[in-house]
Amino acid sequence: MRPVPSNPNPSTGGTKSAPPSRRGAETGTQTLAFGNGRSYGDSCLSTSDRVLHTRGLDHVLAVDWSTGVIRAEAGMTLGELIALSLPRGWFPAVTPGTQFVTLGGAVANDVHGKNHHRQGSFGDHVLALGLYRSETGHHELRDPNDELLRATIGGLGLTGLIDSVELQLRRVPGMLMESHTQRFGSLGRFLALSRELDAVHEYVVGWVDCLAGACATGRGLLHAGDHSAGGKTRNRPNTARVRVPFTPPISMIRGWNVRWFNALVYHRPRRTRASRWQPLQRFLYPLDHIGDWNRLYGPAGLLQLQCVVPEQEAERALSELLGRVRRAGTGSTLAVLKRFGDHWSRGLVGFPRPGVTLALDFPRRATSDRLIRDLNALVHEAGGRLYPAKDATMTGEQFRAGYPAWERLEALRDPALLSRFWQRVMT
Amino acid sequence: MTTRALILGSTSAIAGAMARELAAEGADLTLVARNPQRNRMVADDLRARGAATVREIVADLGDPASHQAVLAEAMQGAGGIDLTLLAYGVLPTQERCETDINRLLEQFRVNATSAMALLARLAPLMAARGGGQIGVLSSVAGDRGRRSNYAYGAAKAALTTFGAGLGARYQGDGVTVTVIRLGFVRSPMTEGLTLPSPLMSSPEAVAPAILKAIRRGLPTAYIPRRWWLVMSILRHLPEGLFRKLDL
Repeated sequence: MRPVPSNPNPSTGGTKSAPPSRRGAETGTQTLAFGNGRSYGDSCLSTSDRVLHTRGLDHVLAVDWSTGVIRAEAGMTLGELIALSLPRGWFPAVTPGTQFVTLGGAVANDVHGKNHHRQGSFGDHVLALGLYRSETGHHELRDPNDELLRATIGGLGLTGLIDSVELQLRRVPGMLMESHTQRFGSLGRFLALSRELDAVHEYVVGWVDCLAGACATGRGLLHAGDHSAGGKTRNRPNTARVRVPFTPPISMIRGWNVRWFNALVYHRPRRTRASRWQPLQRFLYPLDHIGDWNRLYGPAGLLQLQCVVPEQEAERALSELLGRVRRAGTGSTLAVLKRFGDHWSRGLVGFPRPGVTLALDFPRRATSDRLIRDLNALVHEAGGRLYPAKDATMTGEQFRAGYPAWERLEALRDPALLSRFWQRVMT
Repeated sequence: MTTRALILGSTSAIAGAMARELAAEGADLTLVARNPQRNRMVADDLRARGAATVREIVADLGDPASHQAVLAEAMQGAGGIDLTLLAYGVLPTQERCETDINRLLEQFRVNATSAMALLARLAPLMAARGGGQIGVLSSVAGDRGRRSNYAYGAAKAALTTFGAGLGARYQGDGVTVTVIRLGFVRSPMTEGLTLPSPLMSSPEAVAPAILKAIRRGLPTAYIPRRWWLVMSILRHLPEGLFRKLDL
C-alpha cells in the first residue's frame, strides 16, 4: 500500500523549507517527514494531513571520492546516490531491497540488506546526522554515544526532521555481481546452508515457497552474491522499467497462481549450484524494475509482515508460521528468509537483531487480516519482533515487548511530530 | 570539448536540473543567483556530480545595473561562454497585479525589461568571441493573453518576441537564441497553484529536452512537446471563442 499524503506541506529545500513548528504541537496538528513513501504501513503517515515532503532536499553537500565519505540532504534517494557513486567505484555498505528509499528513510528505519551478516544495518555506516527539532533547532549528531543519535537511527522520523546524512560508502570493484542459486528442501536445511554460505559470501538471502505442500514445506532457493571485478552479462541494470499502468479491479495474486508460480520459480535453476553474473541492481533490487508492482494486489492492496526471531526459536517458530500460511492458502510469492548477523541495531527501536528474519506479503482480505494477526502473536510468543517499516497490524503490547527501549524514544520524540504507527502502538 | 555554461538564475529548480545535466558531462559552470547560501549549496552539489569547475556569482539580475559586471566576470572567469541559460524570473499572483500597480510593473521589470537588457549585452559579447548558444526560458503564457495570468503572460510575450528577434539579428554571427516555451512545471515557483495534473511536468523531465533544443540551435521549442499541439490550437482560436474557454 503506497500511502499518498494529502495536502503536503513541502520542504523545497534550504531557505524555503518548512520545518516542524512548535505551534503544530500546541494545536494538536502534528506533522511528520515524508520521503519516498516506501514504508508499507503507517510508519510514514502523519496523524494530521500536514506532511513535510522532503524530496526537495536532494543536494549533495560534500563528498570525498577518495575516501568514500558523502554528506547529502536526506531527501535524496539511495538510487540517486548510487547513480553518482557507483561509476566512481563506491556503493552503500548496506542497502535494502529497493533503491527508492530516501537517506532519511533509510536512517529512520535503520534499513538492512542481504549482507547484514557482514555489514550490519544502515545506521552502522552513518557518520553523522543533521537533525532539526522544533524546540531546539538544528543539531549536528556525530557522537556515537549520543542518545539522540541512537534514538534517531531507527527512530521512525520521530525525533525531528533529518535534514542531512553523512555516510561512509564502501569500495566495489565493478558494476556486476557474481551470484549463484541453490535449492533447499526444508527450513532446517536452509538454516544449515545459510550458515555455511554466510561465512563465504557477501550477500545471502533465501526465498521460500510458502504454499508448498506438506512434505515440501519450507523448500526454497538460496541466493548468494558477491561484488565482482570482472564478468560479463547481457542483462542491463533495471533502469528500463515496465510499469503496471493501473490497478486491476481484483487482486492478481491469488492462491492458485501463487502455488503455480512458486513451483516454477523453485524448479527454475538448472543445476543445484548455478552461477552467473548480473548487474548488481538486478540482484539487490529485484522488484525495482516493475513500476507500481503493488497495483497487482488490486484496490485492497497488500499487507506485509516482517519479523525476526531469535536463533534458538527460529526453526520451530518459522515452521509453525509457514505451516499456518500454507493452511490458510492465502499466499504470497514474496517470502524472504535471511539469517541476520550477530549484531544489534544501534537504534533504540531499530529492528535488526541476531536471529532469523522472514518477510511475507499477502493480498489484503478478511482471511489474510486474521492470519497476519495470528502470525504477529506467534512471533511475539517466540520472543521475536516485527518490523515497523512493514507493519500495519501489530498491537501496542507486541511492539513494546519487542522494543523495550521504546520509552526512551518517546521521551526524545519531538512534540511537533507524530506518526499513525506511533499513535497506534502507544495505546 | 568541455562546455562552458553560464546559468543565470542558478538556484531555480529548472536551472538546477539543467545544471545537473551539464555537471554530469563535466562542464565548466558559472552560477549567478541572488542568494549566496543557496548558490553555494547548488555549487557544492554540482561539483560532487562531476562539474569540472563551478564559479559562483552573487547578483540581482533584475537590476540592469548589475549586468555589465556580472557578464565581464563570467567571461573572464571561464575564458568565454559556450552556452548561456537565462532562467531567472518571478511568478506573480495575477490578482495582486490587478490591484497593485507597483507589483505589476515590478514583475515586468524582472521578467522582461531586465532580461532584454541582459540579452542585449550578452549577444554581442558572445558574437565577439566567435559565437555560442543562448537559451531563454519563456512560457506558453506568453503565447496569448489569458485572463488567469496576463501580467506574467505579457512579460513572457515580450521576452519571447525579443528573443526571436535577437536570434534573427545574431544568427550570422554564430549566436543562436532558443526561446523555450515551457508548459506547467512542478517547482517552487508553481507551488500552491492548482494546475491540471495531466499537464504537469517536472524540472528533471524538462531539463534534458531544453538542453537538447538549445544545442540544436532551434529558434524556439515547446517543452514538453505536447504543448506545441495545445498552443497551436489555442493560438488560432478566434478571441470570442478563446474567452469562452475561461482559461
